[in-house]
Amino acid sequence: MKKIGVFLCHCGINISATVDIEKAMEALKDYPGVAHIEDYKYMCSDPGQQLIKKKIKDLGLDGVVVCACSPTLHENTFRLTVKAAGMNEYKMEMANIREQCSWVHKDKTVATEKAIKIIKSVIEKARLDEALDPIEVDITRKAMVIGAGVAGIQTALNIANSGYEVILVEREPSIGGKMAQLSETFPTLDCSQCILTPKMVEVSNHPKIKLMTYSEVVDVSGFVGNFKVKVKRKATGLDWDVCNGCGLCTEKCPKKLPSEFDQGLGERKAIYRPFPQAVPNRVVIDFENCTYMQSGKCGICQKVCPVKAIDFDKEDKFVEEEVGAIICATGFETYSVKDIPEFGGGKLPDVVDGLTFERILSASGPTGGEVRRPSDGKVPKDIVFLECVCSRDPEHYLPYCSKVCCMYTVKHAMLYKHRVHDGQPYVFYMDMRTGGKGYEEFYQRAAEEDKVVFIRGKVSKLYQDDDKIVVCGVDTLSNETIEIRADMVVLATAIVPSKGIRELTKLLKIQIDQHGFLSEAHPKLRPVESLTAGVYLAGCAQSPRDIPDTVSQASGAASMVCTLFANEKLKHEPIIVGVNEDICSGCGICTVVCPYDARKTNLEKKLVEVNEVLCEGCGACAAACPSGAAQQNNYTDNQINAMIKAILGKGG
Amino acid sequence: MAISLNKEKLRTQECEKLQEVSGTNVYSCYQCGNCTAGCPCVDAMDIPPHEVIRLAQFGQIEKILDSNTMWICASCVTCSVRCPRSVDISGVMEALRQIALQNGNEDVTKLGELSSEELEELPQIAVISNFRKLTS
Repeated sequence: MKKIGVFLCHCGINISATVDIEKAMEALKDYPGVAHIEDYKYMCSDPGQQLIKKKIKDLGLDGVVVCACSPTLHENTFRLTVKAAGMNEYKMEMANIREQCSWVHKDKTVATEKAIKIIKSVIEKARLDEALDPIEVDITRKAMVIGAGVAGIQTALNIANSGYEVILVEREPSIGGKMAQLSETFPTLDCSQCILTPKMVEVSNHPKIKLMTYSEVVDVSGFVGNFKVKVKRKATGLDWDVCNGCGLCTEKCPKKLPSEFDQGLGERKAIYRPFPQAVPNRVVIDFENCTYMQSGKCGICQKVCPVKAIDFDKEDKFVEEEVGAIICATGFETYSVKDIPEFGGGKLPDVVDGLTFERILSASGPTGGEVRRPSDGKVPKDIVFLECVCSRDPEHYLPYCSKVCCMYTVKHAMLYKHRVHDGQPYVFYMDMRTGGKGYEEFYQRAAEEDKVVFIRGKVSKLYQDDDKIVVCGVDTLSNETIEIRADMVVLATAIVPSKGIRELTKLLKIQIDQHGFLSEAHPKLRPVESLTAGVYLAGCAQSPRDIPDTVSQASGAASMVCTLFANEKLKHEPIIVGVNEDICSGCGICTVVCPYDARKTNLEKKLVEVNEVLCEGCGACAAACPSGAAQQNNYTDNQINAMIKAILGKGG
Repeated sequence: MAISLNKEKLRTQECEKLQEVSGTNVYSCYQCGNCTAGCPCVDAMDIPPHEVIRLAQFGQIEKILDSNTMWICASCVTCSVRCPRSVDISGVMEALRQIALQNGNEDVTKLGELSSEELEELPQIAVISNFRKLTS
């Protein structure tokens, strides 16, 4: 029989206050297989671990049961402990007598009895545990970053500068994302484009970065270290290898359309480049609005193109790439003003969202940086900013705080005042949230120096009256209702995930929360990883955040990728479910229940085959298998039955 | 009645004068309420000190002058000492009193109407602070 050592942890008083350790030891010391039993105040401490190591060596133990907290916390600790003492780490088991016992009970007698049963069942499992070795997998040291806003750019640069290849995929014709649209950034008021474009240029010139703009991920298969990604390269209507970005075509194109980059305020042509600093410096044809594509007449761009790049080719191309890690950095959108009926539903031209106001403030924007309202181009003299529009409103819109609106609204009010000296900005807010380096000081400067009037209260309605917008609110600090006849209103609408995120997360097999933001593996300790190994997160796709936070997190994700790539081979948990070929009939029931596509039926051999690397050891197949051919390593039917018997008091 | 705000109403001459006379920037106030919390006379005031500053931010000087607040203020300066944004609330009260008096409010002390017995009873310091408060 195996010689098992049982080690009980007091966890300070976390366990010992509710579980009578002495009584438990008395009850367990003669249990079959137990060669040694001992307790200690903190088993996870260095002396606690030394104690386990010593006993393994002195007594020649070949099984260890640590009775302490959840294995999600310290399984790795104790695996390393026993391994250091020369024991196979998969012969170490943890009996969770804290989260599943002491923390949830008050009655010491009952809790002690339950703890004894839990430990007995784990001893039963340990008796049948076999030595296992991690499965080794090869790794492709190339990363794919999806989304080329500042998050994607930063991640790509960090990985590429570490010497690994990166493919940067972007849906739009140019990289840059939302940050390229911003005017100036809080709290330093440096020009957004001025600080972003050097990074964009670095991306375009980097020998390790392959840029795929105007492209979308359409299929993902494989697993950590070995993903296969299919990318659709959308037809541009011209040959980008030939085009030199001179822009003559966009000059001559007669078809004018509202520019998406300028939030519909400025114009672009049917053949266009989204903005002057676009990377790559290439144009695309908007097929839906191109006169030639619709009627066959025009073709001016083709005539004027000095390098004959334009071919009107509408065929999308598909490419397959093999990568070892994927970073999802798909960014955000703002809640559409059209969907907010109480604030005009997008029908009042002088009620705009924050991103539109960014374009109005931007030196490269449709007004050249002069603050002019969209309806008649007048300079607004009384301008109202509303915060928490759709955010923090679980009854009607979204429950969460969009985090950046407080700061960008203060910035908007300040920049407005810097441009229109005799104008008056008003900000309606619910709470000012200015957590961040230099943020509170920035807010106070706006009030003190720029005389921005901050009014604490939510606006209930606004309406057009002649050429004014009447804003009705309250100041809850003075209990006065407030009415402002404003020339223009800016809504800080909620941050929402960008379109298409649901489809993409299905391809990547990663989870999203109820609002569509990417879910992290652990909110505090694994904030840049998804629950799917090899897929990482960066930027606003995960939750609203500002530029410094985005850049930090993007670098964090890049460092996780580099850590992964630094491994010679990847190690995969060996607690997987194989196939006993002598028993398997190839019925395929297990292949249907497997959530990881790890099991495939081989019709010729009438057997199920397992991709051990894909198997995450959930055990669904083992439970579904009618013949017992699918047995999970160290969780065999025999082990489970023995555990149940022990729990029910019939074990041993 | 809702307060109707626009840039003319915010920047009234009186509001500018209040800030000039008191030497304080009322827009520095972020309405924490520390002044009101520590004021020993607040129970007798129509409008508490933090709200006086709030109304000043909205240019509502008349509304403030209609209240008894600046007359109740004992000029103990606790508010100004405690203010985290160095708003001189006590100085604002003093400025409000001056503006009210300059606006031709009647002499609320009426010392001449007090009988000699009453004047005998009255502590000297009360008469002095009364003059200081009401005439500057």
